[in-house]
Amino acid sequence: MTLSERMYLPAIAQGLGITLKHFFKKKATINYPEETRSRSEIWRGLHVLKRDENGAERCTACGLCAVACPAEAITMTAGERKKGEEHLYREEKYAVTYEVNMLRCIFCGLCEEACPKAAIFLQDDKLAPARYERDEFIYGKDRLVEPLKTTETK
Amino acid sequence: MDSVVLIYKGIYILAIFGISLLIATYSTYFERKIAAFIQDRVGPNRAGPMGLLQPLADAGKLFFKEEFIPANANKTLFILGPGIAMLVAAMTSAVIPFGDTLILGETSFDLIAIDVNIGILYIFAVVSLGVYGLMIGGWASNNKFSLLGAIRAASQNISYELAMGLSLIAVLMLSGSLSLKVIAEQQAGFNWNIWYQPLGFLIFLICAFAETNRTPFDLPESEAELIGGYHTEYSSMKLGMYLFAEYINIFVVSAVMATLYFGAYNFPFMENLRNAFDDPVLGNNVVTILGVGVMFAKIFAFIFFFMWVRWTLPRFRYDQLMKLGWNILIPLAILNILLTGGGILLYDYFTQG
Ligand code: SF4
Ligand code: SF4
Repeated sequence: MTLSERMYLPAIAQGLGITLKHFFKKKATINYPEETRSRSEIWRGLHVLKRDENGAERCTACGLCAVACPAEAITMTAGERKKGEEHLYREEKYAVTYEVNMLRCIFCGLCEEACPKAAIFLQDDKLAPARYERDEFIYGKDRLVEPLKTTETK
Repeated sequence: MDSVVLIYKGIYILAIFGISLLIATYSTYFERKIAAFIQDRVGPNRAGPMGLLQPLADAGKLFFKEEFIPANANKTLFILGPGIAMLVAAMTSAVIPFGDTLILGETSFDLIAIDVNIGILYIFAVVSLGVYGLMIGGWASNNKFSLLGAIRAASQNISYELAMGLSLIAVLMLSGSLSLKVIAEQQAGFNWNIWYQPLGFLIFLICAFAETNRTPFDLPESEAELIGGYHTEYSSMKLGMYLFAEYINIFVVSAVMATLYFGAYNFPFMENLRNAFDDPVLGNNVVTILGVGVMFAKIFAFIFFFMWVRWTLPRFRYDQLMKLGWNILIPLAILNILLTGGGILLYDYFTQG
């Protein structure tokens, strides 16, 4: 090593210069809940169970999504539509319960592809948020079904 | 001493104590902020506006933690350790001149808590006591990692105190006085010691890093080898006091460096400013108040430098540390004394001969 190298001081000054440059640089941080990183348009996020144009649930509880699911995250029980419930369920058979376990789900989107009724989709703007309890990750119909259009409640 | 001066001294000492505590508290905040900025992050920003309440949250957390004393520890000494560290750290700021003299009515107030004529010796004496805090705490924990950390701290501090003292002698040769106030007064205007003692300052700076156990010399607490070093077994506010003492030490060492080498409260053109006022008392007071601001600006610059270095350099190896201290800094400091002595002789020869 030359004398100037062995004194370390030039190298230290150089290092200080580098850190000082970073000090004034634009920060990489995204303040998560307030800001979000922009996502791809085909981002596969949280599931939603769609309604049709009349506000009736599209799912007919055929179970194809559960069969397609590689992680076995979907369970459901089927029921028969009663008279007078036509505005609630589009088909004669509907899902009484429908649960997706978000801890098992790998967000592959195969359920979305398997569905013959275009009932289940993965949203591109919502994530399954962090929670304190494991059972809170099992999303039932209350959290999966798309809310009714506001035009109807008006 | 009449009662006005006595009361004033009391208030002043309390104020200095409060200010050093406040600065130490907010040093933790700025340490985290500076670390974050250097690493392209934003740092704590949730507690209060811009995270300004973060130190309070940290202190609150420390208070609520479990007060744990290991079963085989020496209880008295275990509690005494952080107490000594904290006490010693808080004692040192007493002799630092934070400003010149304020004149109010008939009385003039010196902005220094106690103007002892051995100020710099006092600081050295008290700072060396600080090593007892670490040593006692590390030994009393009855844990080999703590003990190793404490031994490292002790040997490091003693080694670097030598070079620090030797580099200081050159300053004392220039000033001819041990009183910090006299040293500060001699650097009036822009006549700072750094222009005469660049090498001495460099040695002092490196030793200051080692004395305060800061990176790159934070071997007493090097996590990879020693878990937490001497404070491995400490928790709750006892740990807080150790960490706090470190920040107060940084503040004091910054103040000492500013006083010894960077002209304390002096700033360029202060005489012109003083003479610009018709009323000499008013002029004096304006310059003094500005001087206090300048002093604190210098201190903050040093504190920033300490943190800046911490987030830039990696830690030394222990043998490198000892080699640097004994084989390089001490001979350099002696050389510096010789050079200074030669310089003074030459100066006298040409001005008087
Ligand atoms: S996204 Fe994939 S893993 Fe998740 S429920 Fe659908 S099919 Fe199963
Ligand atoms: S979501 Fe689609 S695939 Fe799954 S049960 Fe309902 S209709 Fe069938």
